[in-house]
Amino acid sequence: MTNLFPKIVSRAQSSNIMNIFAPIIAVILTLITGSIIFSIMGFNPFFALHTFFISPISTTYGISELLVKATPLALIATGLAFCFKNNIYNIGAEGQLTMGAIFGGGIGIYFHDTNSFWLLPLMIIGGAIGGAVWAMIPALLKNKFNTNEILTSLMLVYVALFILDYLVVGPWRDPEGYSFPKTRSFSDSGRMPLLFEGLRIHIGLIITLILIFISWFVFAKTIFGFQLKVSGFSPIAARYAGFNQKILIYLAFGICGAFAGIAGLAEVSGPIGLLYRDISPNYGFTAIIVAFLGRLHPLGIIFASLVIALTYLGAEDAQLFMQIPAAVGFLFQGLVLFYLLGADFLVKYKLEFKKSK
Amino acid sequence: MNYLELIGFIQIVLIATTPVVFAGIGELVTEKSGVLNLGVEGMMLVGAVTAFVTLVITGSYVLAFLFSILAGIFMSGLFAFLVLILMSNQVATGLSLTIFGIGLSSMIGKKYIGTPIDGLTPWYFVILSFIIVFLVGYFFYKTKSGLILRAVGESHTSAHALGYSVLKIRLLAILFGGSMCAFAGSYISICYAPMWQEGMIAGRGWIALALVVFSTWKPSRILIGAYIFGGTSIFQMHLQGKGFRFPHWVPFDDFFSSAPFFNMSPYLATMIVLVIISSNKLRIKLSAPACLTMPFYKGS
Repeated sequence: MTNLFPKIVSRAQSSNIMNIFAPIIAVILTLITGSIIFSIMGFNPFFALHTFFISPISTTYGISELLVKATPLALIATGLAFCFKNNIYNIGAEGQLTMGAIFGGGIGIYFHDTNSFWLLPLMIIGGAIGGAVWAMIPALLKNKFNTNEILTSLMLVYVALFILDYLVVGPWRDPEGYSFPKTRSFSDSGRMPLLFEGLRIHIGLIITLILIFISWFVFAKTIFGFQLKVSGFSPIAARYAGFNQKILIYLAFGICGAFAGIAGLAEVSGPIGLLYRDISPNYGFTAIIVAFLGRLHPLGIIFASLVIALTYLGAEDAQLFMQIPAAVGFLFQGLVLFYLLGADFLVKYKLEFKKSK
Repeated sequence: MNYLELIGFIQIVLIATTPVVFAGIGELVTEKSGVLNLGVEGMMLVGAVTAFVTLVITGSYVLAFLFSILAGIFMSGLFAFLVLILMSNQVATGLSLTIFGIGLSSMIGKKYIGTPIDGLTPWYFVILSFIIVFLVGYFFYKTKSGLILRAVGESHTSAHALGYSVLKIRLLAILFGGSMCAFAGSYISICYAPMWQEGMIAGRGWIALALVVFSTWKPSRILIGAYIFGGTSIFQMHLQGKGFRFPHWVPFDDFFSSAPFFNMSPYLATMIVLVIISSNKLRIKLSAPACLTMPFYKGS
């Protein structure tokens, strides 16, 4: 006999198939919801979805733009995976990105008339240090003073943005910039080399792929990766095993901050070439969605970053051709995470339609 | 500062702090039931835009607040469905609620940026914020339902064993939190600003979340925290307006005297206060609802 209302039964083991299918289900449901929203707004849903998701990547230039957007998202999300795997909720990657851009970009501005091969590597290291230093603050406050890292890491986003604001309006302002709040341009050797002539995709993509590969290795093959996973699943088991949770927190925050800092530096020394107020369209926040959508797995994160980068491009096109504000991209990003979290239910639980005795 | 200036200062502090009190007390009720909703910022934005657009279209303040509260119930209902029925991770769900709210509010409000409206006088709302804090305190500590809500937050299994419906009580607490956040948002777009601007909540939702920790989950302390925060942020604006500068012997005096530093000071102050409050590990452990962020699964 079947029940009208299915019964929720906890699975003994989480379902591997569902683990892979949940993100796909989430993306499909988001597309369906999106077309309903567009219909309500009076657009032909097929035209709207085409504008949003197909036409941005129908040219080589479009695909290059997709990769330009996906690169920082994938890099930050991989960094966040170090934190989230251990149930550390660092949601201030946007601030760490900004600090990376300030540290690395500051080096670029100081050496603005130097053309040397060592400049870019120095800036990248500066970016990594800037991001890591900024991420160490919530880690330190959590370890020493038991302060909730969600709130402190977020407050530091605002602080970092105001510091950037101070620098580009005040001491670092371009003396020949007609009082626009922007800095001097970096010298050519302070820019990320382009991969192809005429496209904006730059060497940051290669750096990102290398760092993601290293992260995969750390997650899958090292004791540190194992410790992160165990402390995430069961803090008590981790304590019995003698893992030092405080050191794990420092490391996770530090790595995440360094990755976000490199992503920030790659933005300013890649497509932008100088510092100004709006260096990032919320990459640091969006990367949280990428990390979850990619299941905190490096390969999954690469796929997820492409999907979410598409929402950025689609939102830009939608603004151009349909007069919809670009923030509609956030609507889709929020929706996709909602559906994913909902679909996760099927990973841990199953629905039973048969009546049990 | 003379007598009249002081009165003016206090008035501005009262007007500016009220929305954080509303949002903070709403989130406090939600957290007391054992649910952490990080979507405060998103719910405030959606509440703000709904009220504003309703007011522009219908011209009715009553309808504006009503629809705003309904929008808050819709947003928090979405959250409740995910965390209560589908038992999703509360932190991630709350974050996605905020991101979703940023997108949704920008989309709804696109056409209305810069539309002028007649703002309402804020004083009734200032008084209302004090009354609501009092009522929530009364509810928690003097009524049986308040006791049940606290019990659900402290130990959902015991509450369930006593025959209380954990999910229903949590649902109500989440919906109350959502409507208060939306109401706070509508106060900002209709009384405080009065206008609509993308992202106009500007982190107040996160400040409200910090307030709940500051209050160590006690309603009256929401007021204290909110007014410390409101006082410092208006005080820095006041200093900024007067063109205050640190003397040159202060290291980095240019930075500390700049507008960006003044603008970041409320966030810095919030962080410092959070650190001081939470450094007493035992107090946080004793006062935080024991089941905060834990999903409740009845089992079969």
